[in-house]
Amino acid sequence: MADPMRIRAQAAGDKATIRVLMSHEMESGQRKDGNGKTIPAWHIQDVTATLNGKTVMTAEWGPAVSKNPFLQFTIKGAKAGDKVGITWKDNKGDTRSDEATIT
Amino acid sequence: MQTRRETLKHSAAVASLLAASGFFPHYAQAFEKAAFDAKTINDAIKAMGGAVPVESKDVTITGPDIAENGAVVPFGASTTLPNVKRVLLLVEKNPSALVAMFNVSPEVEVNFATRAKMGQSSDVYAVAITNDGKAFFAKKEVKVTLGGCGG
Repeated sequence: MADPMRIRAQAAGDKATIRVLMSHEMESGQRKDGNGKTIPAWHIQDVTATLNGKTVMTAEWGPAVSKNPFLQFTIKGAKAGDKVGITWKDNKGDTRSDEATIT
Repeated sequence: MQTRRETLKHSAAVASLLAASGFFPHYAQAFEKAAFDAKTINDAIKAMGGAVPVESKDVTITGPDIAENGAVVPFGASTTLPNVKRVLLLVEKNPSALVAMFNVSPEVEVNFATRAKMGQSSDVYAVAITNDGKAFFAKKEVKVTLGGCGG
């Protein structure tokens, strides 16, 4: 199980800005190790965001997203106290979910 | 002032990027492995058929003019267009052009920010695909001092 995500969710007016910092190596599949062998790609593939359990956004990422990915998006109609959940799944099948409350 | 010739050239470039990504004109729900595997932007415009993405002022891409470290380049993609279904972020000269794809729902604003790796200086495209299958793009040139793909 990977390290937890850091999620900041702040309401402003009738919408909330969500910032997520995930902990993941995001190996590109382009690099080679000391023996000249290619290091296989290892990256987050699917990202799902929920608001109070309802999916509001999904994303698909390639290996070109940076290491320890950052994601920012805005949910309309979200208010303080609502719960935002983020789930990611990488191409090795590893997955992690974290939840934060909008402040 | 942008000439018609330049506009057409850019449209073709995006068309080929999209075609190489396998996203246009059909959309699938599952993870688009083929799309993220697409390495080149060649063998392309044909597959696009008639629908060519057009440059639009309603799509915005934000990013640095010069990125000192290609491993971490912050980008933002947003649009004010209605009925947007998907937003793509593409780096033209990366080994695989497609960086990220966001599925939009009515509950979220079409305004995403993330960080991407860039192998070398390249044009970066934000493409918004609407519910009726039209594609609009914005592009920005980003110069990279130190590439972020190799080791």
